[in-house]
Amino acid sequence: MKNFLKKLVGMQFFIPIAALLLLALFNLIADPSFFRITLGQNSNGDPVLSGYLITILDYGSELAILAIGMTLVTAATGGQDISVGAGIAIAGSVILKMLCGSNTRPTELQMPIMLAFFIAVLVSIAFSCFNGVLVAYFNIQPMVATLILFTAGRSIAAWINNNELPIISSECSRSFSYFGNFIPGIPIPTPVFIVAITIVIIMLLLKFTTLKLYTQSVGINPKSSRLNGLNPELIKITAFAILGVCVAISGLIKVSRLSTINYSVIAKDIEMDAILAVALGGNALSGGKFSTWGSILGAYVIQFLTTTLYKLNVSSDALPAYKAVVIIILVVASSATVREKVGRFFKELSSGNASAPGAGKGGVKA
Amino acid sequence: MTKSLKKTISVAAAAFMCMSLAACGSSAPAPAATEAPAADTTAAPAETKAASGGNIKVGIINNDPNESGYRTANDKDLKAKFTAENGYDAQFAYSLKNDEQITAATKFIQDEVDYLLLSAADTAGWDSVLQDAKNAGVKVILFDRTIDADPSLYEASIVSDMDKEGKTAVEWLKGQNLSEYNIIHIQGVMGSAAQKGRSGALIDEAAASGWNILTSQTAEWNAEKAEQIVKSQIDSGAKFNVIYAENDDMAKGAVAALDKANISHGVGKDVIVMGFDCNKWALEELLNKNWNYDGQCNPFQAQYLDDVIKKLQNGETISEKTIIMEEKGFDASTITQEDVDKYGI
Repeated sequence: MKNFLKKLVGMQFFIPIAALLLLALFNLIADPSFFRITLGQNSNGDPVLSGYLITILDYGSELAILAIGMTLVTAATGGQDISVGAGIAIAGSVILKMLCGSNTRPTELQMPIMLAFFIAVLVSIAFSCFNGVLVAYFNIQPMVATLILFTAGRSIAAWINNNELPIISSECSRSFSYFGNFIPGIPIPTPVFIVAITIVIIMLLLKFTTLKLYTQSVGINPKSSRLNGLNPELIKITAFAILGVCVAISGLIKVSRLSTINYSVIAKDIEMDAILAVALGGNALSGGKFSTWGSILGAYVIQFLTTTLYKLNVSSDALPAYKAVVIIILVVASSATVREKVGRFFKELSSGNASAPGAGKGGVKA
Repeated sequence: MTKSLKKTISVAAAAFMCMSLAACGSSAPAPAATEAPAADTTAAPAETKAASGGNIKVGIINNDPNESGYRTANDKDLKAKFTAENGYDAQFAYSLKNDEQITAATKFIQDEVDYLLLSAADTAGWDSVLQDAKNAGVKVILFDRTIDADPSLYEASIVSDMDKEGKTAVEWLKGQNLSEYNIIHIQGVMGSAAQKGRSGALIDEAAASGWNILTSQTAEWNAEKAEQIVKSQIDSGAKFNVIYAENDDMAKGAVAALDKANISHGVGKDVIVMGFDCNKWALEELLNKNWNYDGQCNPFQAQYLDDVIKKLQNGETISEKTIIMEEKGFDASTITQEDVDKYGI
């Protein structure tokens, strides 16, 4: 039993899952209707599911997608990209520019949505690779390298559209809003499907290629990776490129939600949440071994927390304080030091009882 | 290790310098004035220069036009007014950072501008540079934002009265004579002047008239956050009939949440939607009767600045230092296309 506990605590998913369960338990006690899901209609008369759990899955989508890319960058470079929020502004701006052309209130789209999205992916990869090159070849700390785009990105996004705010009205294109809302006839929010598809693709990529192994070895020790015939620079830039794709996908969801963009506030501070998701997922921010599932769970923990706080009607002045307290607890609990200590504590408990010395050994093995 | 750290720092420093250069670089150099450099800057410069017939040199320090639609409109308005045709030789500098703005101010003073027009990023830290301006005979006029400095250091300050904006909106809401008021209050960034003024009016009136504010939460001017706040209220099954959003973006986010839940909004519908800032697209929503009210936050300060400068040039004194701009509130049932074109930003 104690051995099981130790194993449980040692597991990387322990913290995000425990946090999710705790938040769920809290809400269950506070108000069981939190878990109610109802099938209703939106103003177009299409069926939609609603309820807090759906809200969490829906609004957590962008963060979950970003967390995947952020995990790879963290693992490969031992640093974080803080320009993803600005990157989303750029990607969103490119999509709208492509769809609207020079007219900010188009009556018809200038090109298919998927083509516009594809162009945004390319642009996003280009910006991300710029970050990647600074990190990989110039050995600049990732946070410093990405500070450049963090500062300039939103101005670039505004510049792409001449500082105008394009709006795609529902008369112009109904389908553009599907990506961030609902597809008629399907009551589950579309972002949930987009997250699922992204996860499947990334998981297949990690499972059937050597990308995961290479990324981890570069993250742990670039020099010895090089001696073993890997190309650390290429691996790092690849990680950034994948993050670039994630940013473009998030950008599509974001601009689709409201069919417009606001350069200065779109996806504001999302980079910090993405980094937090990676940390909550039990990943070392110094790079090396990683678990994308942990980060994805971490992202939903953050959204769960946000939604819970909104539900509790915590006053605006106090909101950051509540959030900070919870996050401090989560981050401290998920730190490797605490986990190791707790693990050792359980191990000592089991060997201290001395009923079975094998238990201790088993613990070491695990 | 230390070596790489040093490298990091030096590159970071270089990057910062590039960025600040870029920021200064965006101040478009205006066509050079033909007038000879004035030697008599300290002794009553205004009259002599006006008499000499040259353009009036102004240095305009503003926040980044990309900050918001409001700022973009503000910048366009200033650029349209302070042109050579209107007798001005204007230089612009933009920054959201106070220290960069102060650097720009110092530069303008060295360039011997006649007027320094300032929308300060931060209220503090302006005393010494404004004292320098005064000593150099440069007249300072504040617009849009006030600063914590001695009023003798500037000629006039042209501002919006956020409290009044809030009051106008709340008066309008009161005039709707609803049988009950169940309000979702979506706030801007806490502590900003706009948030304080617009929140204060609502909270006071709610206390006085017994209105029920279901929730007051900050969406930090962000549409997506506003959408989540309203969604959260809908999910909880709360009944509400007013959304008081402190800017247009947040009202838009709130409306998106209403649409998802098939709750009708607008003129004669279940929920009253109120926004601020008068973005063009928001006024169009009013015109289509999807929203009910939009309060103006007037970005068109150039005319006021121009008036003040003309007065000073004629040797008149400014009786009232703080000039509060006229601001309107639009009702969806009375707004016209003309209003949208004229007041939309």
